[in-house]
Amino acid sequence: MSFLRFLLRMDRRIVFVLVALAVVTPLIFPLNLPIEVTQPVRQLHSAIDRLPARSRPVLVSVDYDPSTVPELMPMTLAVLRHCFSKEIPVIVTTMLPAGAGLARDAMETVAREYPNLSYGTDYAYMGYKPGYSLVMLGIGEDFHQTYPSDGFGTPSSELPILKNVKNYDDIAMVVDFTASAAYEVWIMFAHQKYGCMVGAGVTAVMASDAYPYLNAGQLEGLLGGLSGAAEYEKLIDKPGDATVGMDAQSIAHILIIILIILGNIAYFATRREGNTTQTAARQQGASK
Amino acid sequence: MTGIELFWAWVAAFLTLSIYSFLYRDNPFYKFAEHLVVGVSVGYIFTINWFQGLHPYLFDPLADSGDNPINLLRLIPAFLGLLFLLRISRKYNWLSRFTIALLMGINCGVAIPYTIETRIIQQTKASMINLIDQPSFWAGFCSVLILIGTVCTLIFFFFSKEHKGVLGGTARVGIVFLMVGFGASFGYTVMARISLLIGRLNFLINDWVLGTWDFICG
Repeated sequence: MSFLRFLLRMDRRIVFVLVALAVVTPLIFPLNLPIEVTQPVRQLHSAIDRLPARSRPVLVSVDYDPSTVPELMPMTLAVLRHCFSKEIPVIVTTMLPAGAGLARDAMETVAREYPNLSYGTDYAYMGYKPGYSLVMLGIGEDFHQTYPSDGFGTPSSELPILKNVKNYDDIAMVVDFTASAAYEVWIMFAHQKYGCMVGAGVTAVMASDAYPYLNAGQLEGLLGGLSGAAEYEKLIDKPGDATVGMDAQSIAHILIIILIILGNIAYFATRREGNTTQTAARQQGASK
Repeated sequence: MTGIELFWAWVAAFLTLSIYSFLYRDNPFYKFAEHLVVGVSVGYIFTINWFQGLHPYLFDPLADSGDNPINLLRLIPAFLGLLFLLRISRKYNWLSRFTIALLMGINCGVAIPYTIETRIIQQTKASMINLIDQPSFWAGFCSVLILIGTVCTLIFFFFSKEHKGVLGGTARVGIVFLMVGFGASFGYTVMARISLLIGRLNFLINDWVLGTWDFICG
């Protein structure tokens, strides 16, 4: 019983240290635990995989800021690698000012791995433009009017990748990576209004909210958190940061499950003991 | 890793450890890092908006329109934007309401029809049972489960009649579905927080510690 009481009174900093150890140990000594690919991830992979090479571009929107990079950057890189490896043209954009640097960084990181592809022909960076819902609507009306120049100031009319892009009809798919409700706005405008396919990669916190859209067919596929990114890395056979992090994720989850179970046992056991003591005290008081 | 990259890795490591030091207790290092994040974020966002928003869409077209006449219509949104800044004036802050009203009107007009379509009509359609087109028995079973879950959860939020009898029983089933939903959200939240920790610890181990080691040992 003293151990259970210790658990209930345990300094929360001990939990922090245990969680840190659970994360650090697999990062130093990888366990290579298996990664099972789930249906929502497979759906997004298949939707992109079906697209023909050098045809209509995929619009990748990097709608997150540095606070969620550990979760969202691996999935952004994985999807970009998939598109680049299949020579599917990619237009990278962002609806957040804090996402401008991240979007460019993601595009340039993957572009360095594919020197056979060239900027302007196979991929383009449109940068940030304020007023995201109006930008999404603007793309549906006239892409070139919405983005008269790319993120580096080059007129859009001079980029071969954008030559035939007039609106969503000329975009194969929108894939939004976000830590906000931006994916819902993409669904509202790009999918509901203009009928463009939309896929999403969201933080794990938001994943459960995104499932209804997947179930309704409004999303082609869904990547949820680090596990979604790791599954996508497995599908394209290019292990990255997400795959490395999944061992740590699994061990930390096991630790948290154990702590929750122990905490509940300790709580109910001590409450029961407390009730027994109270009843005994009451009975003692009554007999007096 | 070059010397300058290593320097920034040390700065990032110092700031990361300063933030995590809050887990022990509040301290000046944490306060410093916290204020730095706020300041840098505001500065960065302002700069991006200046160079990727105001410059290409307002200043540059007004300064140099090429062979075309200057489009003075651009001054209207610029003027409305300036009205926003009058929020700080006690005497003229009422003028900013014009801009706010315009923005609210535009956004409501644009968003309401598609919000209803996306979040209500399509979601309602998706929760209906369609046993004919289902690819498998399991998919059909899930379809039935979604309908039961949706109806029971909606009934739980029906407060115009006391939750007794059939209504009470259905509402209790709704609570079970809600609890499953909260559990899934909690599990995903744990995963998200651990992912952020993994990202930072991965940086500390690989970029900071091993990067420094590699730099020193060549």
